[in-house]
Amino acid sequence: MDRVPILKIGDVLLVSIQIDLQDQTVLALQEDLADRIVKTGARGVIIDITAVDIVDSFIGRMFATIASMSRLMDAETVVVGMRPAVAITLVELGLSLGGVRTALDLEKGMRVLGAPLPAVRPGTS
Amino acid sequence: MTAQDVELPIVSNEDVVRVRQLVRAVAAEAGMSLVDQTKIVTAASELARNTFVHGGGGSARVESVVNARGRAGVRLVVTDNGPGIPDIDKALTEGWTSGSGLGLGLPGARRLADEFELDTKAGEGTTVTVTKWIR
Ligand SMILES: Nc1ncnc2c1ncn2[C@@H]1O[C@H](COP(=O)(O)OP(=O)(O)OP(=O)(O)O)[C@@H](O)[C@H]1O
Ligand SMILES: [Mg+2]
Repeated sequence: MDRVPILKIGDVLLVSIQIDLQDQTVLALQEDLADRIVKTGARGVIIDITAVDIVDSFIGRMFATIASMSRLMDAETVVVGMRPAVAITLVELGLSLGGVRTALDLEKGMRVLGAPLPAVRPGTS
Repeated sequence: MTAQDVELPIVSNEDVVRVRQLVRAVAAEAGMSLVDQTKIVTAASELARNTFVHGGGGSARVESVVNARGRAGVRLVVTDNGPGIPDIDKALTEGWTSGSGLGLGLPGARRLADEFELDTKAGEGTTVTVTKWIR
């Protein structure tokens, strides 16, 4: 089974999902994240789903679980990069994700967490 | 074998992912819009997981179909020889689960599809058929 890597950027743990998630991978990620939050004392978690082409009830529930779990450990979670087709489908599926903070992209997500933005490369605006 | 009519086993979590990928491929090849592809793939994920978790495993068939008026679509048939669903009305009610789920899978898949058919018999198994037509 593939595992989703967790990167640490300052006070924030970044999870960028680049694979087709199977249920076991989802459960492993929840456990790995809880571990890393405690070990690093991270204050924020960003789950980047830019590359995720479907969110079903199991994956959606993971966002809610990670959000509540990290809150208990004094960290805030933001889900970033949800594709429009995924958002439309989630609503029709009946999953509201009420307690989960979202942002349109990684940069906005970092801002929500009050984290310093990555340096801008010379030559970009 | 073409992607026209393919059958896959559902006996593991990986198989649920494979069913999603197959439905995606058939829907894309049929020219379905991205939003509708996402809807039918999400429905497929829910139904395949139900087959694995509640039905004790089974199989999925994905077909490219055309109706009497020449409209093209994608059909998914998931089937198992598991315990069956004793109360269909309950199972189709949002929020009802016999396990620890959210009770979203079946009613959600029904909403996401254009056509939904549930065929089940206690002690014999369950077959769910969903179809999405191309707009
Ligand atoms: N293939 C099946 N075989 C037997 N029972 C099933 C099958 N599919 C669904 N069910 C029954 O119908 C109920 C509702 O299914 P549904 O997918 O809506 O919810 P769930 O699987 O319990 O939770 P969720 O899908 O939200 O994780 C299930 O809890 C189960 O009792
Ligand atoms: Mg289900």
